[in-house]
Amino acid sequence: MVDVIRATGLVKKYGEIRALDGLDLAVPEGTVLGVLGPNGAGKTTAVRILATLLQPDGGSAEVAGFDVVRQPGKVREQIGLSGQYAAVDEYLTGFENLDMVGRLYGMGRRRSRERARELLERFTLADAADRPVKTYSGGMRRRLDLAGALVAQPPVLFLDEPTTGLDPRSRTDMWEVIVELVKAGATLLLTTQYLEEADRLADDILVIDHGREIAHGTADELKAQVGGERVEIVVGTRADVDVAKSVLAVLADGDVVVDEHTRRLTAPVKGGAGVLMETLRRLDAEDIAVLDVALRRPTLDDVFLTLTGHAAEVEVEAEADTKKKGRGKEKKAAPAELEETTAR
Amino acid sequence: MSVMTLQKTLGDGAVLAKRNLIKIKRVPDLLVFSTMSPIMFILLFAYVFGSAINVPGIGYREFLIPGIFAQTVIFGATITGAGLADDIQKGIIDRFRSLPMSRSAVLVGRTTSDVLNNVLVIVIMSLTGLAVGWRIRSSFLEAAGGFLLLLLFAYAISWIMAWVGLIVPSPEVVNNASFMIIFPLTFVANTFVPTNNFPSGLRTIANWNPVSSVTQAARQLFGNTSDKAPAPKDWSLQHPVIYTLIWVVLLLAVFIPLSVRQYKRSASR
Repeated sequence: MVDVIRATGLVKKYGEIRALDGLDLAVPEGTVLGVLGPNGAGKTTAVRILATLLQPDGGSAEVAGFDVVRQPGKVREQIGLSGQYAAVDEYLTGFENLDMVGRLYGMGRRRSRERARELLERFTLADAADRPVKTYSGGMRRRLDLAGALVAQPPVLFLDEPTTGLDPRSRTDMWEVIVELVKAGATLLLTTQYLEEADRLADDILVIDHGREIAHGTADELKAQVGGERVEIVVGTRADVDVAKSVLAVLADGDVVVDEHTRRLTAPVKGGAGVLMETLRRLDAEDIAVLDVALRRPTLDDVFLTLTGHAAEVEVEAEADTKKKGRGKEKKAAPAELEETTAR
Repeated sequence: MSVMTLQKTLGDGAVLAKRNLIKIKRVPDLLVFSTMSPIMFILLFAYVFGSAINVPGIGYREFLIPGIFAQTVIFGATITGAGLADDIQKGIIDRFRSLPMSRSAVLVGRTTSDVLNNVLVIVIMSLTGLAVGWRIRSSFLEAAGGFLLLLLFAYAISWIMAWVGLIVPSPEVVNNASFMIIFPLTFVANTFVPTNNFPSGLRTIANWNPVSSVTQAARQLFGNTSDKAPAPKDWSLQHPVIYTLIWVVLLLAVFIPLSVRQYKRSASR
């Protein structure tokens, strides 16, 4: 597959600070690259360079076959950018905002208006279309901003932290929209601080810190770097802990970790759901009440912690919210949530 | 610049000028503020200072109004800077810069809408002026030329303000800075009083101040002059229209390229 976005050795310096320090990246056509990193890792700088808003101090980048430094005009015809801060005009209505963008893309008056209405409909903003954006909620502004990036149906999209600061509901809505875009064939570069977001939306994840790549791969590959699956159980009484430990020890592929206080036992395993079933059968045979159980694969939080030696701290608060929304995902079920609560 | 790019620039500029004008409609405070202060100035100067200032051969109010016009359109031009600084702060400039649109359209649109805003302000001031006794005593063409020159001068100032708006950290800075600069600029001039009695150094500065020449030109074109109060002998005030036009050309030649270059570089903050 052709790489629609490709950057080699990007460097950007702000005085002594190297915001980007030799970053490489490639996004094949029709795929999503999630660029993951904490605040100040260089994500926005990379997007700004690729979207021709900023000149790199070193390295080169191509978007849709055009050089971002030498042919910025050509690049702009191919891209849509939706930034971290919703770049919409508060005093214009939603419709006027999109119509303006359409006209600036060089669309005719009629086509531009049709397209604006179409997008407002699709982003469930039709009811608010003729109200000034000032009256919109944060989630509505973001959707309008994203709609702005899609006016000319550009084949390449840059979404810079599209859900930062959104409430869980708006975030899930935004995810649905993004998933649809990708289905429709867009090539997308998405930056995020949310590990779950990259996990859910990206085909390929680039973890960066201090302007450099620190890991690269699919969500599964990254998780494999950190370690395999674990079974986690929480038993009903203190007295059950020792028995449960001995049961787990037989099935485990390593040491069983016990937290006496929360009566939680964690054991590395091989064999996934089968081992989980067997664990439960044996615990049942011993007549042990199990309050909670899960097969846990390492999350990207674990990945980040292992790779950088510091957690993605910006994460904690918002993550607690999204986890509750993300129940559909088995691998991040109850224990993760329990951890959140017990950690406080 | 090819015809195609020029066409694109003007087309995109018109789209953005329309956007800025919608804002004036939605936030009438802006317009109220920019028209109330000149009305207040007219009334204060006409009735408070007017009772003490005597210009030979002509009523003070007639002398005053063209000066207030000049001061007001210059202040009106500062909206350009504040508007651009605001767009940068809010991040919408990023949207524009990522679009395949003309590189100078944001500035063309901004300066154009600010001239249109100034037209409205001049209409309101003229009506106020007429109400307090100001009269146009020249031909229609001359008067139209007077208004046009005032707007042209303000347009040139707009381009200075565009550059300022792109380099300052926030819209508030534009407002404060322009206040600090434009007040002295419009007072060390013949706008409110004749310069004859200024201390000599200050008088030279005042007489060569383009605000004086545009005011003098407006007075002549509106017929608000008197032989009993001849213009100072300086070339700038003997040929105020030409001198003003030289300034206009000079300012545009310097600040259009400077602003466009700064726009390409400016990043959102």
